[in-house]
Amino acid sequence: MSNIITTDVLVIGAGLAGERAAIASASEGLDVIILSLVPPRRSHSSAAQGGMQASLGNSVKGKGDNTTIHWLDTVKGSDWGADQEVARIFADNAPIAMREMAHFGVPWNRVEGGPREVYIKGKKTTIVEDYDKEGLIAARDFGGTAKWRTCYTADGTGHTVLYTMDNMVVQLGITVHDRMEALRLIHKDGKCVGAVVRSLRDGEILAYMSKTTVIATGGYGRIYGESTNAVINEGTGSWLALQTGVVPLANMEAVQFHPTGIVPTDILVTEGCRGDGGLLLDVDEYRFMPDYEPEKQELASRDVVSRRMKEHMLKGKGVQSPYGEHLWLDLRHLGETHLKTKLREVYDICMYFIGVNPIKDFVPVRPTQHYSMGGIRVNKDGHTYNMEGLFALGEVSCWDMHGFNRLGGNSLAETVVAGMVVGKQIAEHAKKTALVADVSLAEQFVQKEKKKIGHLLNSVDGENVYELRDEISNLLKTHVHIFRTGEGLEKATTGLQNLVKRVENVKVRSKAPGMNPELSFALRIEGMAKQALLIAQGALNRKESRGAHSREDYPARDDTKWLNRTLARWPDSHGEPLFEYEPVGVLDLPPGDRGYGGGQQISMEITVEEYNSRVDEEQKAKGRLDPVEPTGTRLPKEAWKEVL
Amino acid sequence: MGRTLTFEIFRYNPTADDDRPRIDIFQLEETARLNIFTALNLIREQQAPDFMFDFVCRAGICGSCGMMINGRPTLACRTLTSDLPNTITLYPLPFFKLLGDLSVDTGVWFREVAEQIESWIHTQTEFDPQAEEERMDNATANKIYEAERCIECGCCLAGCATAQVAPDFLGAAGLNRIGRLMIDPRDQRDEEDWFKLISTDSGIFGCIGMMACDDVCPKDLPLLEVFAYIRRKMAAIGFSKKKEKAAAV
Repeated sequence: MSNIITTDVLVIGAGLAGERAAIASASEGLDVIILSLVPPRRSHSSAAQGGMQASLGNSVKGKGDNTTIHWLDTVKGSDWGADQEVARIFADNAPIAMREMAHFGVPWNRVEGGPREVYIKGKKTTIVEDYDKEGLIAARDFGGTAKWRTCYTADGTGHTVLYTMDNMVVQLGITVHDRMEALRLIHKDGKCVGAVVRSLRDGEILAYMSKTTVIATGGYGRIYGESTNAVINEGTGSWLALQTGVVPLANMEAVQFHPTGIVPTDILVTEGCRGDGGLLLDVDEYRFMPDYEPEKQELASRDVVSRRMKEHMLKGKGVQSPYGEHLWLDLRHLGETHLKTKLREVYDICMYFIGVNPIKDFVPVRPTQHYSMGGIRVNKDGHTYNMEGLFALGEVSCWDMHGFNRLGGNSLAETVVAGMVVGKQIAEHAKKTALVADVSLAEQFVQKEKKKIGHLLNSVDGENVYELRDEISNLLKTHVHIFRTGEGLEKATTGLQNLVKRVENVKVRSKAPGMNPELSFALRIEGMAKQALLIAQGALNRKESRGAHSREDYPARDDTKWLNRTLARWPDSHGEPLFEYEPVGVLDLPPGDRGYGGGQQISMEITVEEYNSRVDEEQKAKGRLDPVEPTGTRLPKEAWKEVL
Repeated sequence: MGRTLTFEIFRYNPTADDDRPRIDIFQLEETARLNIFTALNLIREQQAPDFMFDFVCRAGICGSCGMMINGRPTLACRTLTSDLPNTITLYPLPFFKLLGDLSVDTGVWFREVAEQIESWIHTQTEFDPQAEEERMDNATANKIYEAERCIECGCCLAGCATAQVAPDFLGAAGLNRIGRLMIDPRDQRDEEDWFKLISTDSGIFGCIGMMACDDVCPKDLPLLEVFAYIRRKMAAIGFSKKKEKAAAV
């Protein structure tokens, strides 16, 4: 008999989203266990640098900001792929979440009254902060926003917020089991009752049974190989959902490439570099962004800046290096004090990893895989489709405030906002649910995983798991990157279909008991291959360009055919994925021009009212569970008219 | 021409009944800008598939990869082999529980310390979602941030003479965390509370002042200043207590 641990709420993932959700349940007196691959403070949230968007409007350049303007920026940033109601729930709650984090202990940078020098659009400018705002939470500039609204602590925002959050977890006495990896969800008849878990300390397989199960494991960036993501971001949480066969992953083809990954190493330097005045230069040390984007310049949305960079390099303006082509990020004019305080992590990263001193030298950068807009599809309460009792939030989810491109500072903010909002629904669900301690069901699932592990350990012949990983990432890097073509996507899809078969035949060389790193990785490779296929095939299917999904053969955004969300399930583990589509959600802001990026659009043939009338029914038909409040209730009508 | 590097690495799997601690030797061709993160992954993938070590962010931010590199505790991800001689010896951090090879259990230790020092803001104020945030002087915010930068990598404890003989010593990381809370106006603990918590041998008076922590801290935290601040504060409280006692007699 395997070890079985019971709890009210099981949270898989101890980054910001998972911890904030756990706090919401623990505050209601529920028993919570958090599982994490690593000690919580090592989670990838800690690496977020730049900040969190919230329309507090305290800084003078954020004056007049409000939740509606934040919402509008988010919807435009998403290229209308977002669920506008969810974007609204997010924007409305972001200021509260920032203040709550201040209350919990985050040392947010604060407004200092009086004049100060800043760089705006390449020019040194003096701005005068209001004295009556002194001491309130300050903001810096980020891309794709009408106002300065990114709250920050130097360039260590993720770190301070995560440490503060984890202190709350300690205060509430929430149990954390670190170095634990969930391998499979335990479920029956569309109801999730826990997970099979492998200890990365000693290799034990055990079962956790819960009233409510939550996935908050972050993104899958490592599937791309070249990624800013931490090495633990291998899509393990979204794989849990995909394995059920019934829970869809949404918009997996919507992948963000951040303009400034450093070369080599692919480590991120924050968008705050450009927000604070950093410039992008080419091989001739020429500042090219204003030619492409006269209005937003370096601070257009990330999809647009990355595309422009790539476009410029294709014109032969890139800098050649042994590590491939790149461009320059010029931070020198910001000065030593700024670089050693507000951009200190950036300074350290450049010095330690590539031996570049940004006070004196240009930083080599290129667009690098950074974020997954897609993920486990959930309704506005965070409840997954087709699976009662299973919730997801943060990057692993497709709650869908980001659509096809997310704005910088919006995902870190999403973790704490969704933690609050979805966290509340998780607690409500657990309170009204009885624990199903179906031991034989748990044992059934445990035995399946044990069998799989036994099979891997006994393999005498088969493929090298690391070579398979490289083949998967090479296909994505080559064909499913910033610019995509039908031909390339066909190749990637065919190649990945083949790899999905080959990963069944992995040979694990190491038979060591305990953690066995090779076995651990072999247990993830099937999920990586299958999700890579969903990314490639989703991109092949989507015959338009929207946000970060840019098809050379279909350059226009097509709101007639493609104002929808991709849903992909894998109903039979040996078969093929099943693709379906649903409306993005109720629209308030009608699809239009973003004001940057220069894309073409094919307009909707039906009216917004007609579109909206189908949303609820069609989403329901795809397995969406009814949210606590009816669809659309949180989306004020024609709010955009107040501002535009 | 590139060098051939020799790695002498501590190996031990405590979950294997028949395993004994040993040193394994691996050779690797050095490439430009090779760091220990890349090197160890190459060794694992090509030569030793059961080799255990920890990396997460691989960008010097998460604190996972503290290890002894040629006798010095530091972050492996941002250590370039070009700064090291031909032979590189790697040991796990001492002080922490060994999980296997170069992997140690910093997480559980830091969680216990967080519980012990109650590393959250102690306040009676309830959060009001409708209210404006409480104001804070930006200089204070910056000062708190400076101390908040600790990534709990454990290098300070691995380099600390006291910690090796007094396992309950809070170490620089624990004391720095207390220093961070002491300067935070939101934390309503008073001098008496702080005194009880850290004027002990496992707290500030356990430190024998060799300050290796300050030398090895990968984040260059101003640990000297932090210790001086806490000591001064504790000594002052101690003296006033003594005076009170004398007056009472």
